[in-house]
Amino acid sequence: MGQTLFDKIWDAHVVSSNEGFPDILYIDTHFIHEVTSPQAFDGLRARGLPVFRPKQTVATADHNVPTWNQHLPIKEELSRYQVDMLTKNCAEFGIELYGLGHPFQGIVHVIGPELGITRPGGTYVCGDSHTSTHGAFGAIAFGIGTSQVEQVMATQCLLQQRPKRMKIEVNGQLQKGVGAKDIILYIISKTSAAGGTGYAVEYSGDTIRSLSMEGRMTICNMSIEMGARCGLIAPDETTINYVKGREFAPKGEEWDKAVAYWQTLYSDEDADFDAVLYFNAEDIEPMITYGTNPGMGIGVTQHVPETLSFEEKEQGSYKKALAYMGLHDDEQLLGKPIDYVFIGSCTNSRIEDLRQVAEFVKGKHKADNVTVWVVPGSKQVQEQAIREGLDKIFDAAGFPLREPGCSACLGMNEDKIPAGKYCVSTSNRNFEGRQGPNSRTFLASPLTAAASAITGKVTDIREFLKEAELVS
Amino acid sequence: MSTKIFKHIQTSVVPLPIENIDTDQIIPARFLKATTREGFGNNLFRDWRFDENDNPKQDFVLNNPNYSGKILVAGKNFGCGSSREHAAWAIADYGFDAVVSSFFADIFKGNALNNGLLPVQVSDEFLKKIFDAVFEDEHAVVEIDLVDQFIKIVATGETESFEVNPYKKACMTNGYDDIDYILSKKELIAEFETSK
Ligand code: SF4
Repeated sequence: MGQTLFDKIWDAHVVSSNEGFPDILYIDTHFIHEVTSPQAFDGLRARGLPVFRPKQTVATADHNVPTWNQHLPIKEELSRYQVDMLTKNCAEFGIELYGLGHPFQGIVHVIGPELGITRPGGTYVCGDSHTSTHGAFGAIAFGIGTSQVEQVMATQCLLQQRPKRMKIEVNGQLQKGVGAKDIILYIISKTSAAGGTGYAVEYSGDTIRSLSMEGRMTICNMSIEMGARCGLIAPDETTINYVKGREFAPKGEEWDKAVAYWQTLYSDEDADFDAVLYFNAEDIEPMITYGTNPGMGIGVTQHVPETLSFEEKEQGSYKKALAYMGLHDDEQLLGKPIDYVFIGSCTNSRIEDLRQVAEFVKGKHKADNVTVWVVPGSKQVQEQAIREGLDKIFDAAGFPLREPGCSACLGMNEDKIPAGKYCVSTSNRNFEGRQGPNSRTFLASPLTAAASAITGKVTDIREFLKEAELVS
Repeated sequence: MSTKIFKHIQTSVVPLPIENIDTDQIIPARFLKATTREGFGNNLFRDWRFDENDNPKQDFVLNNPNYSGKILVAGKNFGCGSSREHAAWAIADYGFDAVVSSFFADIFKGNALNNGLLPVQVSDEFLKKIFDAVFEDEHAVVEIDLVDQFIKIVATGETESFEVNPYKKACMTNGYDDIDYILSKKELIAEFETSK
C-alpha cells in the first residue's frame, strides 16, 4: 500500500511511537509571537529549563503592533508590555527576534515562507491556528496552544495523535475574477466549519496545481476554518522556484540534496485516504460570507439561505448569526452598502495580493462611504510594494498602504471596525466581534474587496471585468 | 510538574445551546494581552455577558442566578477558531471542570485536556437530553466519571459512555504532564537529531 504525502512527512519526524500513547513528533521550526508565548516562557522558568533548540525557534511581533508610525513607541500600554516581554524573553532564552523595526518583521505566517524558513517536508508549529498556511509547501504545519508552545520550547518535540487523512481535489478552469480565496471559501461552505475536524487535508487536482505559492498559501491558511488539523499541497516546480534563493533556503550542494528529497514528496497513486472530496472549478463564483463562521458563505450573486432550510436544532444558532449580521432570510448581499474594506491578514497580504489589487484599482477611486485599509503582511512585502510603486497607486485610489501586522484581522491593535459597521475583509474569520466589538464581517477575495471599495457596496468583480473587456 | 487531577464530578450544569461557539466568543482577542494564565474567567464570554457599558446582559445564561455548576453544556463544534489556550484558561478560571458538547474543535480539545478541563463528547441525542433535563429543572444534576468514562443525568438515570485518549486520561487522573513524559525520552530526541 502506498503512502500519503502527509504520512511520509510524519513518519520522517517520529521520534518515538508507543502503543496507547500519542507519537512524539520532532518539530523542525517553532514560530512564536507575543500573544501566546509569555506564559510558556514563564512555564520554562518555573521548571528551570532552557529553550532546548533556540536556533530552531523564530520570533516576531505581529498580533498587537500598530500599523501606523511603527517607529514610535506603541501607544497602547498592554500591547507595548506584551511586545516588550517578547523582546526580553527572546534575549534571555537566546532566540532570534524579528521585532518591530527589523527588516524581516511581519505576520508570522508571511515571514516564514518569504525567508525560506518554511520548506517542503518540514514540520512547523506556532501558537496560532493559521500555521496551516505553511503546509502549502508540502509540509506539516499546525497551530498549538500555549502549553504545547512550552512543550516545544522545552523539547523541540510535540506529543501528537496522528490525524486521519482527507484528500480534496479541485479540477477545471476557474472563471475570470475567481481565485484561491474563492476556492477555499467555496470548499468550506460545502464542508461546514467542522467538516475537516480530525483530518490532515491534502489539496490536489489541476486547479490547485495551477495556483502560485501565494494562492496555495491562501488555501492552506484557511484549512483550520473547516476544523482541519492542517492542510498541505505536494511540492512541485512552483514550490521549488519559490523557495530558491531566499534568505535561509539551502544553498549549493545542500540545495541539490534538498531538492532531490522534495521530489519524493507526493501521495503515492495507491495511497489510502480516510475521506476524499471532489470539486469542479467551473462551479465556483466569487464568494462572500454572510454569517458568523467561515462556513456560512455563498456565491456573490446568491441569496442568504432561509432559516427553514436548516434542521430544527440548528435554526436558533442560524437566527442568532443573521441577527448579529443585521441580515434577513433570502436577502441578497450584492449591492449592500458597506463601510470598511480591509485588505490584509496572513490569508491575503502577500505581494501578489497587493499587486492584484493595485492593478485593479489603478485609475479608480474608492467610494466616499468606505474607509479602506491595506495592511502588508511583512516589512519585506511593504518595501517591495513601495519599490514597485504600488503605494502611489493605492494612495491615488484612497487605499493608504499601512505598516505590517495582523491589524483588523483580529483587532488587537487600534485597527478595529466600529460596532454595527460592515467590512468586506480579505482575512479568514467572520466571528462575532472578531474585527472589533459588534463589527460585521463579509469575508471575500482581495479582488472582491477592492471592487466593493470602489463601488461602496458588495460587488461582483466579474461585472467590472466584463466592462473592461468591452472597453479594450 | 503536576497538573490538576480530575476523576469524578457530580454537579448542576450551565446550558449554552448554541452551535459553533468559537474561541473569539469564549475570550475576545482584546483580552489576550495578559501575560499570565490567571484572571481570564472575568472575561469569559465577555461580549455575550456584558454590554458596551460593561453592564451584565440579563438574558445571558451566566448572568442568570438560576443556573450554576461546574459543567458547561454547549452546542456542537465547541471551541472552533483560534488556537488561543486562553479560552480553556478562561473556562477553567471561571470555575468549570468539564465542558459537554456533541462535537469539539481539535485544538480546543487538546488545550482543555492540558489544563485539567475535561471535554466530554456525547451524541446529539444525549446532548438534547441534557438540555431537556436542565430546561425542565434548572438544578438538574449531571455526573461525569472519567475513570469509568461515563456521563449520567442523575434524575433520569440516563447514561452514555464517552471516549478519551488513554494517555490523556492517565495524565488527568494522575496529574501527569506532557513535558515530563517527553523529557523522560530525551535520549531518543538526541538520537533522532543525529540520525537526521
Ligand atoms: S493575520 Fe489574523 S489569522 Fe493571521 S496570524 Fe494574524 S491574527 Fe492570526
